[in-house]
Amino acid sequence: MDRFLRESTAVAEVELIKLLRDPTEIFSRAVQPVLWLVVFGQVLAHVHGIYTGEVGYLAFITPGILAQSVLFSAIFYGIAVIWERDLGVVHKLLVSPARRISLVFGKAVSAGFRGLVQAAVIYLIAIVMHISIRHEPQAIFGVLAGVLLGSGLFSTFSLIIACIVKTRERFMGIGQLLTMPMFFASNAIYPLDLMPGWLRVVAQLNPLTYLVDALRGLMIVGGESVHDYGTDFAVLVAVFVVLLMVAVKLYPTLAE
Amino acid sequence: MNKTAASGTFSVKASELTRRFGDLTAVDHVDLRVPYGEIFGLLGANGAGKSTLIKMLTTLLPPTSGNAEVGGFDIIRSPAQVRGRIGYVPQLLSADGALTGHENLLLSAKLYGLPRAQRSVRIGEALDFMGLADSAKKLVKTYSGGMVRRLELAQAMLHRPAILFLDEPTIGLDPMARHSVWDRLRDLRRDYGVTVLITTHDMEEAEALCHELAILHAGQVAVVGKPAELRAGLGASATMDDVFAHYAGGGIREGGNFSDAVQTRRTAQRLG
Repeated sequence: MDRFLRESTAVAEVELIKLLRDPTEIFSRAVQPVLWLVVFGQVLAHVHGIYTGEVGYLAFITPGILAQSVLFSAIFYGIAVIWERDLGVVHKLLVSPARRISLVFGKAVSAGFRGLVQAAVIYLIAIVMHISIRHEPQAIFGVLAGVLLGSGLFSTFSLIIACIVKTRERFMGIGQLLTMPMFFASNAIYPLDLMPGWLRVVAQLNPLTYLVDALRGLMIVGGESVHDYGTDFAVLVAVFVVLLMVAVKLYPTLAE
Repeated sequence: MNKTAASGTFSVKASELTRRFGDLTAVDHVDLRVPYGEIFGLLGANGAGKSTLIKMLTTLLPPTSGNAEVGGFDIIRSPAQVRGRIGYVPQLLSADGALTGHENLLLSAKLYGLPRAQRSVRIGEALDFMGLADSAKKLVKTYSGGMVRRLELAQAMLHRPAILFLDEPTIGLDPMARHSVWDRLRDLRRDYGVTVLITTHDMEEAEALCHELAILHAGQVAVVGKPAELRAGLGASATMDDVFAHYAGGGIREGGNFSDAVQTRRTAQRLG
């Protein structure tokens, strides 16, 4: 356990150093949520086209947009892994006696840093736009835990895809192919009740739905988690663990 | 079970080591003995199987059949023990350009489980040894090609491995940088008793640096011997180029594929 922590912290720390040294990515990633909330959200809130109960539409989609930014910033993580493979960094990591699970988990944690930055950005936008957010420490803590878990989950998923496709070109194609359907087949910008039956089934199988559901209850005043938090977090943890196990098997094939 | 000391005179012992990729047999029943404390060169045309062989010996690639002992441990049954006893410098540039030299070394120190108390001493030593002490706090992307290679050597040596594997260590380096890498390798062998296994295309490197050579051709060992012996075997005036042409299947037939070429050029570009 001690060794696992040391190794994964070492991997994650390096990513944190790099992120802080070159924060351009943080700023460029902030553009998309601003567009969704300030443009898309405000227009749709204005026409009252989607019924979201007591909670206004803008508040309703705020956690959805946070989950979306977590998904989008994590899903292209595989690109970085493929880049590291082309450079030989992957080979160097894999030839060290560090356990594979530490390497894979360390990568997942480092994706979490990016997720936390996204959360800060969305909170900031929400405050500026007077969206009523929950200020209790335990609620904020819950949001951050969800964001970390979601980032880890989607980045590990991305790592698995990278191990399968192995080239940047193919990854870009598949990344695009996955993110938009995952986003639209979720409860991020409309409630599950409004979906046709088949789409609701797809959405229930989509981990993003559970992340959004938990964040919606935890982040906004009057927000409601349709499943309960226990179910949401249990699903996210279970999916994360399964993905980690798959990634541990596949990651070494990157150096072959 | 053989432990490190018990394996005696050989650091690497491969028996019938084979790797197939579909129909292609990249490494074909290779038997190889690398004596303890030597600098051993693996030569061969592009696609002869050098990199595949190194990947198997460093546990990055599982063999299709056959086996090998590295540092006294079985690469299939005890890959983790093997990893703890070897250092590896891939042909690609593996140092992280977005980190400083010191940060790169610290990452290695942690991954190799160096005790916290020893880390800074070892890192300082490694930086001194490789002549990088003054550049330790600079980002690696500002380093010259030779400095990056020396940093990678420092990383690979930090945990005092018994065997060092280097895949084309001087590819793309200018003559000065190349000589400085050679000198560091000789010093490592002398000061730490490290066994060094390199792959190379460079006949000058093979002759100047290596005690013993194996020439691979089409996945098999064509010949093993000391550079001078190999030359003498082909006649009084034979050069290493003649030796290579003779055993590696002629200098004219070109091996390697597009992706090899891309990779090599990319490495050369980053070093230049």
